Amino acid sequence: MEQTTRATTLRTPLGRVRGSGSAKSGTHHWWMQRVTSLALLPLTVWFIAILATSAGMTHLEAMAWIGHPVNAVLLLALIGLTFHHTASGLQVVLEDYAKPEWVKITSILAVKAVCALLALAAALAVLRLAV
Amino acid sequence: MATFTLPKNSTITKGKHFPAPAGAKNVRAFKIYRWDPDSGENPRTDTYDIDLDQCGPMVLDALIKIKNEVDSTLTFRRSCREGICGSCSMNIDGLNTLACLKPIEDVKAEVRIHPLPHMPVVKDLVPDLSQIYAQLRSVEPWLKADTPPPPDGERLQSKEERAKLDGLWECILCFCCSTACPSYWWNGDRYLGPAVLLQAYRWIADSRDEHTGDRLDALEDPFKLYRCHTIMNCTRTCPKGLNPAQAIGDIKKMLAERVV
Repeated sequence: MEQTTRATTLRTPLGRVRGSGSAKSGTHHWWMQRVTSLALLPLTVWFIAILATSAGMTHLEAMAWIGHPVNAVLLLALIGLTFHHTASGLQVVLEDYAKPEWVKITSILAVKAVCALLALAAALAVLRLAV
Repeated sequence: MATFTLPKNSTITKGKHFPAPAGAKNVRAFKIYRWDPDSGENPRTDTYDIDLDQCGPMVLDALIKIKNEVDSTLTFRRSCREGICGSCSMNIDGLNTLACLKPIEDVKAEVRIHPLPHMPVVKDLVPDLSQIYAQLRSVEPWLKADTPPPPDGERLQSKEERAKLDGLWECILCFCCSTACPSYWWNGDRYLGPAVLLQAYRWIADSRDEHTGDRLDALEDPFKLYRCHTIMNCTRTCPKGLNPAQAIGDIKKMLAERVV
């Protein structure tokens, strides 16, 4: 949306405030932020506990552990949720602070692209050991 | 990006000093933001030394005393002087509140007074509220029902239904909360802010209103509603002790419930 300052418009305040109306969205984004953070709680605790207790693993043991179907599925879930949560959280920060409009849109798209690529790379790493 | 420094013509300069009358024993300094659009000068902070023995207990009493006896050019809004009209909302000692409800004794050192933050200033302590009034108008804060009222009386509500409006109807629209909200500072052109969202919820929560869904539709927007990040400045600053953050949370809950 074009940012119009008060000085450059003769539109009434009510007209400006109503603008293009409601986007009729945002609830899904807000809800998914809550759902992903809830799901990440046990997954992150599990992942950190594994890291802490498997310090002495050999390379082969670590590969076998990642390759185990249960661990691989949980790792993939952790990767997907982490990057989903990161992207939606950063999107909110950018919507708050990034201006003007083109900077906002470009930076949100860039964040989503980086998160998606990192998630795919991490998932590929797990899948190569698991499949 | 959000601006963290003031533009050059908004930098506050040192202003005049009005000393207390000779012989005053209980003197308190009031440092007040002054800006006159006609002068072409930057805003300044004037210091008024007031004899509290000759002044009423509230900050508004001191402002009225200054205007009457010291400097008649000082401009501020006031009306009821008992916390019900919402006119004298301003930033006192770093917190938005009503000058008429703020005891001078609650401020330990000098009393710093600024207009409500991040609003265009008309003059001195008077902010331009035309946008926030338009935002209030945009949520249509009145009863909307298609069913005509009973011919023999008013629209009825149970005691439980009426109780849901407690903590909402008391809002006097002083806008201390909205102007304390960083989200409203950065995105006030699109975010409705806590005061207006509390008003919107006051009608969403009203059992007599038949347009709840339309009202929720109109608020479901990443900017109008979801700029609220539960910072809680609104609830902390409300001079009436209300909880706008709770009202916003309840709107989000209702929106989630109708999709989940």
